[in-house]
Amino acid sequence: MSKQKIVVVGNGMVGHKFIENMIEHPDYDQYEVVTFSEEPRLAYDRVQLSYYFAGKTVDELMLTSPDFYDENGVRFIVNDKVVTIDSDNNKIVTASGREESYDKLILATGSYPFVPPVPGREQDHCLVYRTIEDLEAITASAKESKVGVVVGGGLLGLEAANALQNLGLKSHVVEFAPRLMAVQLDEGGGQLLRSKIESLGVGVHTEKNTTEIVAGETCRYRMNFADGTHLETDMIVFSAGIRPQDELARQFDIEIGPRGGIVIDNFCQTSAKDIYAIGECALWDGKIFGLVAPGYNMAKVAVSHITGGQEAFEGADMSTKLKLLGVDVASIGDAQGRTPGSLSYTYSDGHAGVYKRLIVCAENKKVLGAVLVGDVEAYGNLLQMMLGDIDIPGSPEAFILPAMDGAAPALGVDALPDSAQICSCHDVSKGDIFEAVKGGCTDIAGIKSCTKAVTGCGGCAAMTTQVMNAALTEMGVEVNNNICAHFEYTRQELFDIVRAKKIKTFDQLISEHGHGKGCEICKPAVGSMLATQWNDYVLSDDNIQLQDTNDIFLANMQKDGTYSVVPRMAAGEVTPDQLIALGEIGKEFNLYTKLTGGQRIDFFGAQLHQLPVIWEKLIAAGFETGHAYGKSLRTVKSCVGSTWCRYGMLDSVSMAVLLEMRYKGMRTPHKVKMAVSGCTRECAEAQSKDVGVIATDKGWNLYVCGNGGMKPRHADLFATDLDDETLIKYVDRFYMFYSHTADRLQRTSVWMDNMEGGLDYLKSVIIDDKLGICEELEADMQRIIDNYECEWKKTIHSKERLKRFAHFINSDATDDSLAYVAERGQERARIDMQARAKISKGEIIKTLDVTEVEAVEPV
Amino acid sequence: MSQDWKDICNFSDLVKNTGVCALHNNEQVAIFVDDENHVYAISNYDPCGNAYVLSRGLIADCKGRLTVASPLYKQHFDLQTGECLEEPENSVKAYPVRVENGKVQLSA
Ligand code: SRM
Ligand SMILES: Cc1cc2nc3c(=O)[nH]c(=O)nc-3n(C[C@H](O)[C@H](O)[C@H](O)COP(=O)(O)OP(=O)(O)OC[C@H]3O[C@@H](n4cnc5c(N)ncnc54)[C@H](O)[C@@H]3O)c2cc1C
Ligand code: SF4
Ligand code: FES
Repeated sequence: MSKQKIVVVGNGMVGHKFIENMIEHPDYDQYEVVTFSEEPRLAYDRVQLSYYFAGKTVDELMLTSPDFYDENGVRFIVNDKVVTIDSDNNKIVTASGREESYDKLILATGSYPFVPPVPGREQDHCLVYRTIEDLEAITASAKESKVGVVVGGGLLGLEAANALQNLGLKSHVVEFAPRLMAVQLDEGGGQLLRSKIESLGVGVHTEKNTTEIVAGETCRYRMNFADGTHLETDMIVFSAGIRPQDELARQFDIEIGPRGGIVIDNFCQTSAKDIYAIGECALWDGKIFGLVAPGYNMAKVAVSHITGGQEAFEGADMSTKLKLLGVDVASIGDAQGRTPGSLSYTYSDGHAGVYKRLIVCAENKKVLGAVLVGDVEAYGNLLQMMLGDIDIPGSPEAFILPAMDGAAPALGVDALPDSAQICSCHDVSKGDIFEAVKGGCTDIAGIKSCTKAVTGCGGCAAMTTQVMNAALTEMGVEVNNNICAHFEYTRQELFDIVRAKKIKTFDQLISEHGHGKGCEICKPAVGSMLATQWNDYVLSDDNIQLQDTNDIFLANMQKDGTYSVVPRMAAGEVTPDQLIALGEIGKEFNLYTKLTGGQRIDFFGAQLHQLPVIWEKLIAAGFETGHAYGKSLRTVKSCVGSTWCRYGMLDSVSMAVLLEMRYKGMRTPHKVKMAVSGCTRECAEAQSKDVGVIATDKGWNLYVCGNGGMKPRHADLFATDLDDETLIKYVDRFYMFYSHTADRLQRTSVWMDNMEGGLDYLKSVIIDDKLGICEELEADMQRIIDNYECEWKKTIHSKERLKRFAHFINSDATDDSLAYVAERGQERARIDMQARAKISKGEIIKTLDVTEVEAVEPV
Repeated sequence: MSQDWKDICNFSDLVKNTGVCALHNNEQVAIFVDDENHVYAISNYDPCGNAYVLSRGLIADCKGRLTVASPLYKQHFDLQTGECLEEPENSVKAYPVRVENGKVQLSA
């Protein structure tokens, strides 16, 4: 039997999802799939489109790749629009004249932005916001503009306004309705959103009907409104709603809704034989769904129907939670309270900028809808109560009132049925998450990668965590983030105690808040917190018992019990005289010497008793400790920057030196690394650091939360075009917030990935001071900086401390078990030859002998 | 049977909850003092990491047993008995130790 041929018109988010579901179907080998795209590339993540402005590349936005399609035998044709459907002969024709027959045709043509028929709308700088090409056009236009207007104050309009604001334009939103987000919000919510957005400097103009766009006086254009007022602007982005892309279907006899949209039944079949429609072009029960989740659902249903399954489309919930211009907004169900007999509760706090309205049924038992602005914490619980038709536990108002003592009745995730949908973007149910946990995904990162939950809009992060914890508890795994057996607190809680009670010693902390004597986990962790908070000498009598050997001897222990010595060499900058001094010291103590991956010099093989003598000489030559041993700032790598490099935009070396000198000695939950590049060529690899800085022609771009190591992760762009002062301010806040809230030995990337709200939340705390703590963070950092002293300098001046640097307390002898062999002109620790031969599964792995290299003869 | 004891160092040389290393009968001995002034002595050799380092480890309370965590790979050694909790086959020798007249002493 020959394969059934399926042609998918449109390779957008939903078209691609359909293909993905086909490929995953067990009977996929009986089908042949062909897809056409009008756009120049395969499907990309339109939902995340705005991140393009924040530095995401097209590659990062792609949902698939030619390779993936090739591997799975999917034929694809991009840049070719389907222009005709010959439904009688089951055939389509494209703009380039290509013909393709089909057994089943899938219309996934999406929608297009509606541009109101205002005279003057065809001019050059009048744009829309839907595709990557649109965003490129907006970027180009913004370069020649100072003021920008978005027509439309709905979800997308506000997202577009945010983009214009970020592109550095003075921006305005012009809305026809009396309030912003008229579809989702009620009057009160819309008002609050408006005042929040205005306070960010965005002009909001409601009840404005644009009558024409003419030449401007102070700007390129002038928009004239029906009420006689006007607004001057250099560019306009229309975002006044979407219209289903049903142009193709209009050519022949297929049922179309009165206001557009291809009519489908519960199986996504259109009125024409063998033709289905899915996504934003489809009209179901008189409704177009302008969100991706219902489209994904339709894709699933269509695949099921074609392959003989039973699934049906039953509508979709349009509740949303998102952040617009930094303001949290959520809307659930019947947000306007239109259900007959419904009751409503409203809470509003003008000072904190919070507005919440809850709509319940006449019997006061079920949630019908809600509007949340400024504080959306209740979203998950309220949504689940509405979707699951669950009785409200306790009194409804408790869900929108701020948590007083006694706290809101929590809706335990236990109350949810297994089928409850937790992540709507990827249709992940409570049951799916339970299954994933049982299959071994026991942390959020694991759940993300095996269920895809939280990887869409991210709105379900809190709920997903709760469900995961419930599953862990059910499996008998104790869900606790206690730091160890000696404290029933997380690191963050302990740190709060240290700060609130001004605790200065481990003994006080453990006797008042813990039990037992502590261990190798809590002691260094508390030592690190005390150092972050008070920056006292790490080797004081009180503190010394907390430090692991590296911190006690201020050096890294090597496999044979000797130590390495790493002086600070900020930004990798070193003078010839310093190099000579280092050379002499290395030679005198016969230390194995190499350059580290952090742009500095490491000496290996120093014995305990040699450390103070070596450091005395290093300090005399002007060096300081490099903290290579601490959970602290390591290096700030730098490229050569504008002083020498022909591409350098700014002086990256000076900035790296400044940063390294500022943060040196700072103790953190895990080590932190930084780098500064002088231009976008990024020779310092700043995007692989906890904090990376890259010069632009307008200042510094700041990246955060990257790392190399076991699980490399690129840093995320955090803020752009900063001046020196703002850059330092943000970095101060970032490090202090990390130090206060991260888990022990948690690097910044994992810290942020586990944080609810992720990067956006971090921005709101650090840039917008959402928690009102920035002043305190800066003051805490200043204290660390003010109290800095070189630990080695202090140590070599303390007779008491120097006593510890002897191998034996009762003899001048040294550790005679140490042995070295010569290799490539230096001494290296000896391990017996047996151990040196690399053995795997009983067989010796062949190695080449590189103990000597051939000398290069001088000419 | 009477035991002979040998002076090693002053008790005041020790710092609470940390260790030092002594050379005793040509063996390397790690001596620790806890926060109640009890002293302990076990071998300085870490058989898991193959180096003389135990005196430089952190003192850790494992369910009420006082141990030292090796600075190399963090196995725990019981300060009283030298038993290695994770790898009992890698347990080390424990030495009789006491404090007399302000002196730390090991049995000769
Ligand atoms: C010396 C050096 C290797 C070299 O010869 O080049 C080195 C040596 C060690 N690294 Fe490293 N790392 C060195 C650069 C790096 C880099 C490269 C960089 O910084 O640009 C990385 C990847 C970048 C990163 O961290 O994001 C790196 C990722 C690690 C990791 C993995 C961290 C992770 O998050 O996955 C560890 C393990 C850890 O910290 O838990 C580690 C741990 C270590 C330790 C501390 C292991 C240990 O406990 O003994 C080694 C200490 C040697 C010593 O005594 O100094 N080292 N290590 C480099 C010192 C740089 C410096 O000047 O301070
Ligand atoms: C800026 C922005 C932000 C958004 N944010 C969210 C959000 O936070 N949450 C959410 O749920 N949704 C969001 N959406 C909506 C979401 O992107 C859409 O619901 C989703 O993309 C719909 O998928 P689709 O496949 O139906 O349409 P599309 O993704 O638009 O794909 C349709 C494709 O078909 C192509 N096509 C059309 N006609 C033809 C033809 N004749 N021949 C060949 N190809 C053709 C089009 O060029 C297009 O590539 C957002 C949309 C935008 C623009
Ligand atoms: S990052 Fe730029 S300035 Fe720095 S070395 Fe490379 S090209 Fe030159
Ligand atoms: S609901 Fe959007 S990612 Fe889960």
